[in-house]
Amino acid sequence: MTTTLTASKEQSCQTLLASGHTACTGCGEALAAKLVLGAAGSNVIVTDATGCLEVFTTRFPQSSWEVPFIHSLFENSAAVASGIEAALKSLGRQNEAKVIAQGGDGGTADIGLQALSGMLERGHDILYVCYDNEAYMNTGVQRSGLTPFDCMTTTSPYGEFSWGNKHNKKDMPGIAAAHNIPYVATASVSFPKDIENKVKKALSITGPKYLQIHSPCPLGWRSNPQLTITVARLAVQTGLYPIFEMENGKITKVRKVSTPKTPVEEYLKIQGRFAHLFKSPDGNEEIRKIQEIADRNIEKYGLA
Amino acid sequence: MRLDLGAIAKAGTSKANQTCGWRNFKPIFHQEKCVGCGLCKIYCPEGCVTMVEKKKYTVDYTYCKGCGICAEECSSSDIEMVVEEK
Repeated sequence: MTTTLTASKEQSCQTLLASGHTACTGCGEALAAKLVLGAAGSNVIVTDATGCLEVFTTRFPQSSWEVPFIHSLFENSAAVASGIEAALKSLGRQNEAKVIAQGGDGGTADIGLQALSGMLERGHDILYVCYDNEAYMNTGVQRSGLTPFDCMTTTSPYGEFSWGNKHNKKDMPGIAAAHNIPYVATASVSFPKDIENKVKKALSITGPKYLQIHSPCPLGWRSNPQLTITVARLAVQTGLYPIFEMENGKITKVRKVSTPKTPVEEYLKIQGRFAHLFKSPDGNEEIRKIQEIADRNIEKYGLA
Repeated sequence: MRLDLGAIAKAGTSKANQTCGWRNFKPIFHQEKCVGCGLCKIYCPEGCVTMVEKKKYTVDYTYCKGCGICAEECSSSDIEMVVEEK
């Protein structure tokens, strides 16, 4: 599968995230944030949970944000955004700006889950964007609820008794969808046009929206920074990261996996965090389990 | 107790931070085989690739960290990564 997109509109890649931020070389999250802002336009108010994104964009006294931005704590990005939305409503100015709440995977699926759940429950008109780089990268690669199975992190190391993270990735879009919200979607930085379409569509819908973007982290995934997009694309093609759109609880659109099926090894072998699976023949059994996860995704979301 | 406002930073001020010193490899935009797909600009995490004119893109070396995503994703292999000599 090749990426088909053209820079038809200059506006589609308008940069509202200024250069000079201190993201690592080849950062997928910086790219994702740039794409989200480019699609959302300048008429937004954004909040962010503590995490890489907040740290590398707001190195005091500098800021990379060209739109109103607020960071409060790790757990309350969704709650702060709820307050902003409620204030806009109270002032009768809700048509003047859209509110976007952001968080990393830890700030969304673990630490900020309660605030996010409250936001979704109360029905605030907010788009919540989760930049999923599959661990707490800012503090030095600790596992989070969205770390995939058998992934090596500093708190789920590989060793004699361990193959890495023993838990499966949390079904965060499913948790968001269980709040009966109008729009839930997943995306990947390897498909920028898709991110743009999803952000625009989400912002046109009133009510709480949830978007999860797969953003490779060359540092934590121990992959070549040059291959950031390739890694993200392989996650989608193998079925390990299902890309779908869910409206009112029903899946309306999916991105099909490549045919013939790409084996998960292709995705795993270019990342140091899965290198231990290839060190001994016993790793084949673990790779088979990861292939099963991909196959389950393909069946569950109808990606074939 | 007096509550002060939080720390406030002006929008877009990170531009003062020149991240070029991070670079080991430098992208060279040959501008010969370019088909104008714009992938280099879209995929640049720094947002420092700009379009000069149709089928002609250039990079701002003040901010480029040399990740090489543009060279990797270029649909016509028109961008080359060369070792930066300082």
